[in-house]
Amino acid sequence: MNALTPPQYARTYRYDEVDREFLRERIAEFRGQVERRLAGELTEDEFKPLRLMNGLYLQLHAYMLRVAIPYGLLNSAQLRQLGTIARRWDRGFGHFTTRQNIQFNWTKLEDVPAMLEALAEVDMHAIQTSGNCIRNTTTDEYAGASPDEVVDPRVYAEILRQWSTLHPEFTWLPRKFKIAITGSPNDRVAAQVHDVGVLAKRDARGEVGFEVHAGGGLGRTPIIARKLRDWVPESEFLAYMEAVLRVYNALGQRENIYKARIKILVRDLGDEFTQMVEREYERLPRDKYRLDPEVVAAIAAHFAPPPFAALEDQALPEDPEFRRWAAASVRPHKQPGYASVTISLKPIGGIPGDASADQMEAVADLAERHSFGEIRVTHVQNLVLPHVRQEDLYTLWQGLRAAGLATPNIGLISDIIACPGMDYCALATARSIPIAQRISERFASLDRQHDIGECFINISGCINACGHHHVAHIGILGVDKRGEEVYQVTLGGSATNDAAIGELIGPAFSYDAVVDAVETLITTYVAHRTPGERFIDTYRRIGATPFKDALYAPA
Amino acid sequence: MPLLEDGRLRPDDWTSIEDDAPLPDGPAIVSLARLRAEADALAGRNAPLGVALDPGTQPEEVAPFLPRLALVALRLPKAKDGRAFSQARSLREHHGFGGEIRATGHVLPDQYAMLLRCGVTTVEVPEGTDPNTWARSRDAVRIAYQAAQGAARPLSLLRRKLELA
Amino acid sequence: MSTKAKARPATAPVVFTANRLRDGRVVWLGTEGAWRDRITETTPFTPEASDQGLALAQQGERAQLVVGVYAVEVDPNGGLGGPTPLKFRERLRVQGPSVAAEAA
Repeated sequence: MNALTPPQYARTYRYDEVDREFLRERIAEFRGQVERRLAGELTEDEFKPLRLMNGLYLQLHAYMLRVAIPYGLLNSAQLRQLGTIARRWDRGFGHFTTRQNIQFNWTKLEDVPAMLEALAEVDMHAIQTSGNCIRNTTTDEYAGASPDEVVDPRVYAEILRQWSTLHPEFTWLPRKFKIAITGSPNDRVAAQVHDVGVLAKRDARGEVGFEVHAGGGLGRTPIIARKLRDWVPESEFLAYMEAVLRVYNALGQRENIYKARIKILVRDLGDEFTQMVEREYERLPRDKYRLDPEVVAAIAAHFAPPPFAALEDQALPEDPEFRRWAAASVRPHKQPGYASVTISLKPIGGIPGDASADQMEAVADLAERHSFGEIRVTHVQNLVLPHVRQEDLYTLWQGLRAAGLATPNIGLISDIIACPGMDYCALATARSIPIAQRISERFASLDRQHDIGECFINISGCINACGHHHVAHIGILGVDKRGEEVYQVTLGGSATNDAAIGELIGPAFSYDAVVDAVETLITTYVAHRTPGERFIDTYRRIGATPFKDALYAPA
Repeated sequence: MPLLEDGRLRPDDWTSIEDDAPLPDGPAIVSLARLRAEADALAGRNAPLGVALDPGTQPEEVAPFLPRLALVALRLPKAKDGRAFSQARSLREHHGFGGEIRATGHVLPDQYAMLLRCGVTTVEVPEGTDPNTWARSRDAVRIAYQAAQGAARPLSLLRRKLELA
Repeated sequence: MSTKAKARPATAPVVFTANRLRDGRVVWLGTEGAWRDRITETTPFTPEASDQGLALAQQGERAQLVVGVYAVEVDPNGGLGGPTPLKFRERLRVQGPSVAAEAA
């Protein structure tokens, strides 16, 4: 087996010759576009949307290439190849994003066609990871493994991927368009803060259908999505998506970039938006857009369960350090004797979401040994091995520890989401990464982290909210105030079924003071909590006032 | 300005007519406002008639006139303004328009294939345009994952899977 | 990103920066239109002469050498041992990320 051949049972969508041909043509097209740009046949204004549609940004210090990880699924050959790319064309590391993608921060324009060819060797690309088009669909990192799953969302995420790839009508939208899909009643994909959020479910007869929400989003106008329809039958899924996108493409704002997302259109039109979508849906030539059950079955075959062994659930070894890691990182699996493991990319004081080429290779090896060669990327910027035998957990933990990947902080206060911020991003107004690092160092004690319990801190370096600060228990937004970085704090956000936008707590804090502010919030929570209460529970029970008083009390 | 059709340049037989200018005898493109105001008079002409739609105009608004029109011109004020793609598809799909759909304005060769797949037939291009760049661009990616408008080429992957099944 | 040339008029001396088209690296406008890797290799323009500087810098865009030209206000003899941007963002551009930017 060659290093680029995926393991037999890793369930990622496998390209056939037509998919490969498509990718070859697309790369050749982009190679031609790069040549036209270098030759001056394309101006930067003309080239920019073309390069963005291939995931290439120009950032503060260099170009950045964002590679699509389709709905966060990787096989070990793909992850290993990402490591190779990091080493050969970047500085030996990559950054996993909240969109379950990976970014290379030090890309050279002239290298990009070769990087895309290396990706194509493992059925990957960078298509539509940027630009005003339909972006990478995100889904549940525990798809195919979680006990609460009703419908396997990977099947429909792949259908959406194919349908949206170079869609002739929806590639020049008013603004970017992000879809999330979940097949579990417990929303782990933040469906309600997406342009379109899809909940796959089953009716009484077991048929698959979709509840569709639209017009959610974060950014400078955070909005919870509006439910458009409780049930779209499977066969009409693409027809309905066409209808939503067509109404948006025709009527979305084009003049003001800050009002161009679908959330503004949905908010302004309200129920009329729903009716317009319904009207379009009713009159579409349904046969043309019908999703045939045979197509669904063909795609679903790619995601068939791997050959699980008949095992029983078992007790974990006594080693306390292992137990602490397992308590944070191991999650129940629908198959007896198996578990899903989250790998923290948040070492204390590290850069959230970063992984070195060595670490990518180490995870690829461990995935092959313990998880059928499958890896998932989470929107919290961690990795998941979805199908691990419980009897292998101890060995796996030792392997992760050797690679510096066993920080037992999943879901805890140092498991922070942070955008790249001003250290890399051309749009940022303040740094994010060093704030995350300092908070992580302040709460370095794992005993203390476990005592504090579940607490989500998300940090964005500008109002565009790539760090999802609005939906964090404690959200931090860096802004520029007369040349100085200052940080606004919001409390009470949530991205799950009880989705909520956090409330601004008061005046912003300086770069130096913001970590102390977080500490004060935590101390206040600990003082007020009742047994078993998480930070968010206490906040909801007692409200903002005690926190405000603690933060802004005169010294 | 020259016109691109099937990847080749050809002269444009049509003339765009200002709202207050008299109509010539040959093929003429008028605004939707004029089409509405002078519907009966325009219907009496023998020469072909076309309409230019603003990007913000919904195709429904021109629907009653379509049987008498041989051409609809759509405009991309900037290349990244993609409303014309939906207008074209709607004209074909909902209104069964069978005449020429022309893309005007700031159109990139890289958009050519997608415009064709949405039902556009011709593109107005600047003098001196090299049609080969457009033809190459059109043929750069020959596989599509969606049903196209009209012609069977390029094929749809989802449908291809159906055929294989 | 497209050029930010239409910024407000400079009130301090300025240097011009851009990203090199081929590799995206940050460059600074040196004398006679040459693009340099280091800000120390520039000579700031006075606020009054900034239009001339901009015209010179934009030649680099037209020649497909650089993209995203814009002016950066500097202290000609600041803390970075020469022209030093007044804004923190631009100092980061000079010095690179404030966090580790190599694999650990």
